[in-house]
Amino acid sequence: MALRLNDAPSDLVDDVEELELELLLDAIVRRWGYDFRDYSRPSMRRRVQRVLEREQLRTVSGLQGRILRSEEAMRRFIATISVSVSAMFRDPRFFAALREEVIPVLRTHPFVRVWVAGCATGEEVYSMAILLHEAGLSARARIYATDLSDELLERASRGVFPLKRMQEYTRNYLAAGGRADFSSYYRTDAEHAIIRHPLRQNVVFSQHNLVSDGSFNEFHLVLCRNVLIYFGEALRDRVYELLFSSMVRHGYLALGLKENLRHTRWNSRFDALDEELSLYRRRA
Amino acid sequence: MSAARLLVAGASLGGLDAVPELLGPLSVDLDLAVVVCQHRHADSGAPLARLIGERAGRSVLEAFDATPLGRGAILLAPANYHTLVEGEHVRLSLDATERFARPSIDALFGSAARAWGGRVAAALLTSSSDDGARGLAEVQRRGGATYVQDPALAEAREAPEAALARVTPTAVGSPAELGAAIAAWAGALPAGRTHG
Repeated sequence: MALRLNDAPSDLVDDVEELELELLLDAIVRRWGYDFRDYSRPSMRRRVQRVLEREQLRTVSGLQGRILRSEEAMRRFIATISVSVSAMFRDPRFFAALREEVIPVLRTHPFVRVWVAGCATGEEVYSMAILLHEAGLSARARIYATDLSDELLERASRGVFPLKRMQEYTRNYLAAGGRADFSSYYRTDAEHAIIRHPLRQNVVFSQHNLVSDGSFNEFHLVLCRNVLIYFGEALRDRVYELLFSSMVRHGYLALGLKENLRHTRWNSRFDALDEELSLYRRRA
Repeated sequence: MSAARLLVAGASLGGLDAVPELLGPLSVDLDLAVVVCQHRHADSGAPLARLIGERAGRSVLEAFDATPLGRGAILLAPANYHTLVEGEHVRLSLDATERFARPSIDALFGSAARAWGGRVAAALLTSSSDDGARGLAEVQRRGGATYVQDPALAEAREAPEAALARVTPTAVGSPAELGAAIAAWAGALPAGRTHG
């Protein structure tokens, strides 16, 4: 008699792709210690698909074999998983609010620490550096830019962006209330814009894993925009806890424009400074 | 509480008329959540949700990350984010465009099919690309109901035609006819008796 699915033990998996993905993530955490199991599954599935295309592999099982044996493949995997579409002064209204409402408060502190959590290729880091510079805060501010991927961090720390995007970045900068000559912040070669050194001076790039690492300082402003959208519910809660405990009292937290604390237990621990801009302030 | 069933709908060119017509017959009493993916300009904002809502006579909200798929909710994919379904929530992603689209109808449909299986209905309406056809096939493969706007009645027939080449839909018709069929699928009876 043929086995009917209903008679099968309940832990039998009929979705082979799902099973392959779970096995891959299990293999990665056991081999390399990076835990992606609590990432949001639909996004992870799409990103793994992209990794397969880049690695020119057909199956997730094939990818698993490669990643188990190759640290380089693991690094590439992390970079692809961690990369995010971004732009300097992305969401100009948000950066205008930073400039007008947050920076004046930061200025009252003797020293200002900013954390860009999940900085990927660094667009927001340098946007922030420009804001601090224009507020005259460069000398007494430090930006901590962290990411899971050392490959992305290396790219971010070089401060090199495609020249062809500078028009868009300039538009964003102006829309965010910038008044200087944006092109004075970078030099160019044939294809690139390279952020000038003074803006990179007070930025510290370092590897940090939001999944497993702890708090490493207390910040006056934390930017964690469009990072948690890739995390599952339990992991999001853990990271909110981490961000909360990494902020000074009345410190500022910025999430992506389509993220908010509604439906989370953290809603009562923060005041929404501007809910439209997902800009929050930690309660005492 | 999460809805019992989920409708995912996709459109581009012509969607501002077709989507409200689809939503019109869906009574607020249905135990149904709706997610709409309307291709739109990257800079367009919340007014589109208001416009569709006004035309449909329902409250339509732009989705945030982790918005629950609650009973009666009608959520619109925000501009420039992929909108996916994970369990009983909408999830967003800024990953690269899929077949030149973000939000991608295929990505929405595919994730909904995976998460909701036979409890999902997908409707592909007027649209000038084939985005959505693959997702619709995935919905069908996983036991969901599929609805396609009649290409002859669509402002842009590319998506409906691409869909009909891939699936044998549960129903083909005008958006209003599909809405009525989906209402029947979702169970037309109100949950309580207070509405008669």
